[in-house]
Amino acid sequence: MPHSVASEGSPASHKDNEVLPDAPPATDAPNGDQKNEGAAAEKTTAGVKLEDLFDDDDDDDNEFPASSAPVETKTEEAPGPAPVQVDTETMLAFYQRLFPFRYLFQWLNHGIVPSPDFGNREFALTLQNDAYLRYQSYPTADLFRKDILKMNPSRFEIGPVYNRNPRDRKTLGAGQLKPLAKELVFDIDLTDYDDIRTCCTKANICEKCWAFVTMAIKVVDTALRQDFGFQHILWVYSGRRGAHAWVCDPRARTLPDDRRRGIAGYLDLIRGGTSSGKRVNLKRPLHPHMNRSLEILKPYFAQTTLVDQDTFASTEQAQRLLSLLPDKGLNDSLRRKWESAPDRSSTNKWADIDALAKTGKSSTLNPATLRDAKQDIVLEYTYPRLDSEVSKKMIHLLKSPFVIHPGTGRVCVPIDIRNIERFDPLSAPTVTQLLSEIDSWDADHPSNGAAEVPEGEGSVPNASDAGGSRKLQDYEKTSLKPYIDYFRSFIASLNQEERDGKRERNEQTAPEVKSESMEF
Amino acid sequence: MIRQEFNRVDPKRRANLNYKKTQFATPTFKQQDYPHRLNFYDTPPTAEITLEQFEQWAIDRLKILAEIEACSYRNKTAAETTAHITPLLQKFLPLSANTSSRTGATDPRLKNERQKDHYSHFILRLAFSATEDLRRRFARAETMLFRFRFQADDTRERRAFIDSLNLDWESVSDDERRELSEHLVAATPGLRRSDEETWYKVDWEKVPELVERRSVFLSKGKAYVPEREQLSMIIAEFTARLERALELTSRALPRLDEDDRLSPILNHLSKNFGSAESVYTEGEGFVDGAPITAASIDHLSQHFPLCMRSLHMSLRKNNHLKHYGRLQYTLFLKGIGLSLEECILFWRQSFKGFTDDEFNSRYKYNVRHAYGDVGGDVNRRGRGYPPYSCQKILSDSNPGVGQTHGCPYRHFSVDNLIGLLQSTGVHDKDLLRGVREDVEKTRYHIACNRVFEFTHKAEIKKAKEDGSASEIDLDTIVHPNTYFKRSYLLKQVGKAQKNS
Repeated sequence: MPHSVASEGSPASHKDNEVLPDAPPATDAPNGDQKNEGAAAEKTTAGVKLEDLFDDDDDDDNEFPASSAPVETKTEEAPGPAPVQVDTETMLAFYQRLFPFRYLFQWLNHGIVPSPDFGNREFALTLQNDAYLRYQSYPTADLFRKDILKMNPSRFEIGPVYNRNPRDRKTLGAGQLKPLAKELVFDIDLTDYDDIRTCCTKANICEKCWAFVTMAIKVVDTALRQDFGFQHILWVYSGRRGAHAWVCDPRARTLPDDRRRGIAGYLDLIRGGTSSGKRVNLKRPLHPHMNRSLEILKPYFAQTTLVDQDTFASTEQAQRLLSLLPDKGLNDSLRRKWESAPDRSSTNKWADIDALAKTGKSSTLNPATLRDAKQDIVLEYTYPRLDSEVSKKMIHLLKSPFVIHPGTGRVCVPIDIRNIERFDPLSAPTVTQLLSEIDSWDADHPSNGAAEVPEGEGSVPNASDAGGSRKLQDYEKTSLKPYIDYFRSFIASLNQEERDGKRERNEQTAPEVKSESMEF
Repeated sequence: MIRQEFNRVDPKRRANLNYKKTQFATPTFKQQDYPHRLNFYDTPPTAEITLEQFEQWAIDRLKILAEIEACSYRNKTAAETTAHITPLLQKFLPLSANTSSRTGATDPRLKNERQKDHYSHFILRLAFSATEDLRRRFARAETMLFRFRFQADDTRERRAFIDSLNLDWESVSDDERRELSEHLVAATPGLRRSDEETWYKVDWEKVPELVERRSVFLSKGKAYVPEREQLSMIIAEFTARLERALELTSRALPRLDEDDRLSPILNHLSKNFGSAESVYTEGEGFVDGAPITAASIDHLSQHFPLCMRSLHMSLRKNNHLKHYGRLQYTLFLKGIGLSLEECILFWRQSFKGFTDDEFNSRYKYNVRHAYGDVGGDVNRRGRGYPPYSCQKILSDSNPGVGQTHGCPYRHFSVDNLIGLLQSTGVHDKDLLRGVREDVEKTRYHIACNRVFEFTHKAEIKKAKEDGSASEIDLDTIVHPNTYFKRSYLLKQVGKAQKNS
């Protein structure tokens, strides 16, 4: 059912891959082939010719940053959502030198030894010609890296772990390929806030409206941790105007769809489209989750909605605010007041509600209903608007962390939840910036630089980690380092639990197996 | 085929495979006695029954399940369903409580009833495990039957039954309850004090319904469930076990070592689980002779039910529809007989702000997929999805921010609904009041039919008078395409009359 998978306008909708070329785009094919040959030859013999090959390779690597420099200046001039086309060579250089394949592998594999958790995991590649290649899978981190370098996709997405290798799906009967596990994911996108943000629309964002994402992350993260008891939640900047959450606890990964729907429903509050009138109608007393969320959101409402966005400044929005209030008498006096002072700010308007209510002009006014309505309004204007379809299905694909958003050139970096307030999407590193950072570092440290061939390869899984004299990996020379370090620590704590869990499970299941087989 | 070799089994474990030794041994499985009225159907039946019994019992149960399903498709309330089902159950599948007999559970009458219930369940399980669709429907109907019986059971027996299930529910200590009292009361609707109830602590995964409705207190992955919400948990457990069992049965089915006595019966049974969902057959919504092209949709939209009209209006207003709205509308258009080419043309023209490339890469595929022009083998053979029925539209997920699909009667606020109706030219006060009442009682399809009858009052009358009403049958409408077809035909009748 592609319709259930495909989110709005995502390329998942052209899922049919019969039209897709098997070969990678012509431009980077020679380079990739050369590399493969080189690697193959290395195992057999190391002759003079081989070194020639490597030299070629090296030249290529050094060419990339130079060729991408003009693009970089362009992004400097127009930061933010101005469409930046990341050219294929920059992309390839990023995959070669910076992309943390090894850590991505460890994250999905839940350990060092390659397991079906990684081997049967679906990847979906969007190639440079916009073709969409689903059901890719890789046994090891090396092969994963190799294929990504060969295909040089503009981005790729991560799907579920299947019971069989998804590449074999054509040889399996219908319904034989079943998804077993995937991280529970959430998607927050600022386009869903368009009716309440005044600063930007569509794909644009600024610091002011990013606050909506910050508060949404806080609310969702708190609920997932406190209510559902999840611990390993990775928040990732989606590269443009939103954020993704990957809940990686083993318990979350194996949730069937109806439980995912349960969580999505639990967190979902703002229902109904534009025609649904008052969209938040909570029962009282408030559910503890709502109560807590309200406490988290109140300061944001005061700052973001009332001051930064000044949401109720326009007559239309003020009208909408009135339509959400319960008492007719109060509304009439508010309307009169605001009409006489058209420039009244949102903060004042919000304060007017209580001020006028206290004067007791309206005889029908019930203070409790007014308080409840105000709470509902606070929630309607600040509560997270999740794209819940993403969370409901195990088979939903979601863009991988650390890929580059093709529209902005920004890397989808993880967001450290402890420093959530300090994260600024507009200063998330762009690919061109990172590549030039490597260059300038190399220029500053000529002795240590990556001119000495093979270490130029970002996170090659077998890169030497030995001691203090080791060479720096490329990402360590750039502003990507803190993000990758955070990702590593996240993986470390996840895999720590995974190891403990596995041991426990083995101990538990061992006796069971025995008793079962006795029956035969 | 590679089979595991039996000889490789550890000799110690093979011992009881020797038929000579097992021939006169006591069977390891016993005849079941049925201490409780209800049954979780965990143990398969082992006693012998005749072929006639096999068939008759299965047919009786099937009748019940079909009726239950029909009730749910007609959107009947729980009370209406109970009233409808109770006499049927009494007739075909009685199941009496222990208290109905002096000797309790040992009464042979009770035992026979329970045996029939037990066996018929397992026979149907065999018959309905073959396809995904049948499994899902079977699990759904059985769950509803179980829920119905569970609610009707008397308290003491229910208690005993639950105890016999051995579910791992941890009860909440008094101290903990006092500590969390405030949260518990706030989280659980309709409760004033937390000490009125016994509370259980279970993994939240066991009560997804409660979690989804946000009507249970959660902490650290545990749900604090009051005793009266047991129903939800038991039902969830029942469904989960049944689904798992059906899955296993389906895998075992190809290896069913069977002569040709059972297979025909089983096949016959599964075919007779007449799907109430498929009241709509392919091509049913087509109207002969009606000129249906991309250009005529605007004109025809006056015959569309409110859900589709609202989609059409927002499409015209915004020059765009979100995915689910597009899907719902495309399938409807397919249902009224719009060809694929015309449909693509229709969408292309409607999406004004997009270039051809954007349209082709983002939207065209979905339209083609809905028509079965592309996609997997199953999709193509089935010519895409069938147009959505009211049932489907009502029960699918609520439209989210900016989405327009769904049923206006259900998903719009009452004021917006009335506004929408007025914008389509319905102003009659009595009618609107009627609609309000229906919507309050969640009888959405009745509201829709009420509007239909009102807007076609004159034509229906005429049609009844000249006898053409029999051609255009006048049942309750439960499918948007039926709405269109009937509306269109009625107007034609009206026109024909005027002409002659």
